[in-house]
Amino acid sequence: MEKILKKPESLKDAVLSYCPGCGHGIIHRLAAECIDELGVREKTIAVAPVGCAVFAYDYFNFDVTEAPHGRPPAVATGIKRTNPDKFVFTYQGDGDIAAIGMAETIHAANRGENITIIFVNNANYGMTGGQMAPTTLIGQVTETTPFGRDPKREGYPIHLCELLATLEGTAYLERVSIYNPQNIIKAKKAIKKAFQCQIEGKGFSLVEVISNCPVDWGMTPLDSIKWVEDVFIKTFPLGVVKDKINAK
Amino acid sequence: MSKKVLVKGNVALCEGAIAAGLKSYFGYPITPQNEVPAYLSRKMVELNRVFVQAESEIAAANMVLGAAVTGARAMTSSSSPGISLKQEAISYMAGMQIPALIVNVQRGGPGLGNISGSQSDYFQAVKGGGHGDYKLIVLAPNSAQEMYEMAYDAFDLAEKYRTPVMILADGIVGQMMEPVEFNKPERKDFVEKDWHLTGCKGRHPRSVQSLLMKDGVLERHNINLQEKYKKISGNEIQFEKFMTDSAEIIIAAYGISSRIAKSAVKLARKEGLKAGLLRPKTLWPFPSNEISLLADSGAKFLSVELSHGQMVEDVRLAVNGKTQVEFLGKAGGAIVTEREIVAKIKEMIK
Repeated sequence: MEKILKKPESLKDAVLSYCPGCGHGIIHRLAAECIDELGVREKTIAVAPVGCAVFAYDYFNFDVTEAPHGRPPAVATGIKRTNPDKFVFTYQGDGDIAAIGMAETIHAANRGENITIIFVNNANYGMTGGQMAPTTLIGQVTETTPFGRDPKREGYPIHLCELLATLEGTAYLERVSIYNPQNIIKAKKAIKKAFQCQIEGKGFSLVEVISNCPVDWGMTPLDSIKWVEDVFIKTFPLGVVKDKINAK
Repeated sequence: MSKKVLVKGNVALCEGAIAAGLKSYFGYPITPQNEVPAYLSRKMVELNRVFVQAESEIAAANMVLGAAVTGARAMTSSSSPGISLKQEAISYMAGMQIPALIVNVQRGGPGLGNISGSQSDYFQAVKGGGHGDYKLIVLAPNSAQEMYEMAYDAFDLAEKYRTPVMILADGIVGQMMEPVEFNKPERKDFVEKDWHLTGCKGRHPRSVQSLLMKDGVLERHNINLQEKYKKISGNEIQFEKFMTDSAEIIIAAYGISSRIAKSAVKLARKEGLKAGLLRPKTLWPFPSNEISLLADSGAKFLSVELSHGQMVEDVRLAVNGKTQVEFLGKAGGAIVTEREIVAKIKEMIK
């Protein structure tokens, strides 16, 4: 029998620590498939965040370093500036990239660092038990917004792609999701394009992946996927936010 | 002999690091270390090496982490308040065992303090600074020449033990112009180590981390770190002794204070007072044994610092009650004079 679908070489043969129904497994796989297809596995140096993906080095089958919470864009800057021939990407969550690491994110983007960020937005701090994130929706109940996120108390969800789009240094920004096969295919295309952007030396690229967190949202996996489609992406509309890869 | 050049300590430091093969520098403006990023912003670019002015001290230290995890010689520099911000990355680098150089050209504190030279960050430098059980190798230059030499040697030390190294200078040593002999050979051609992240071509993937969650692994890691620190303590203590033989009073002083203390010793000797100087060049590891041996002779100790008494605690621990230990110091930009030191010596001899 012919094997038509196999595990990407860029993924290790490991059991993921993610909760049942979590989107990280799919997103890891998409990143790994793209790296395989672009043939850059052996020159990849990835940066793991602090958050649910903190164990990324146990799952990805290429070189990965740890970084303090929120600092992956700075660590990636150090790696890439010192080794421009390597392929460098960070994998970060919403708290990591848009709360504690906002300064590092904005300035790496503004410098036009030739790196790629995969930003997984699941509207809460997953690893620590589901606290409010900068991307938590208005009215969303989390461990630290028991009455729902109230803009008067907690401000508004941050739209990172739109924020970064105002900076001259960014080349490619897209928001995608993985709540159904059609969108998973789109997400893969976006990640591949972002990676290609770096390989061609076109500058800073980021793909925001709207994902689900069933356990911390207190939902079944299926309900969480439905919530992504019905509610989450209404606040965070999908699509290309900026593309100047081919701009002169 | 190469010719001497008149430069500031901060510039001498840059030349030492460049000669040592510094590949990447990441900095942020703060007085009194501004000559370092200013000098390197031109020099590193001319040499086709990496210079980045970061958005913060935090980012600069994390850029160092990123550059150094690939095996490159990398450094950052700052002054006291900025060094507080770098503690996060320093703790990570200690845990991840990443060699790198962090330079603190100390200014007055606490808080924003002022921009005068000071030695109030001794505790922060030698007792940890960041979270967790770790040590930095801490070098204390007292001249522009030593800024050059210690910056040069720091990377070898860091790599030998896979640990971050701090140069604890001060605003006076950093700003003072002195003749310096740039006499070290240019270092290049570094060998890849088995932990460098370079892309996994032809080998298994690597990771460098301080997060060790599996049962007992972090405990083992901490034991290994402590064994490493023990080795460093055994091998790397550096100090200078000046007229300590038959001295009744031995001044312990490092950095700029040791320059003043040396003048005070000469002055005291002219007045027939038997004074000497013990100058730690490494603040960690600390020359505790040497101090203990000197205390056995019955000599009393006087710790002179531009602080309100920090290193004196380590002097007391080393003396361990065998003789008297006194302190003389000022902070916030004030300077101890040689006359004040001599007066204190007289008081102790009485």
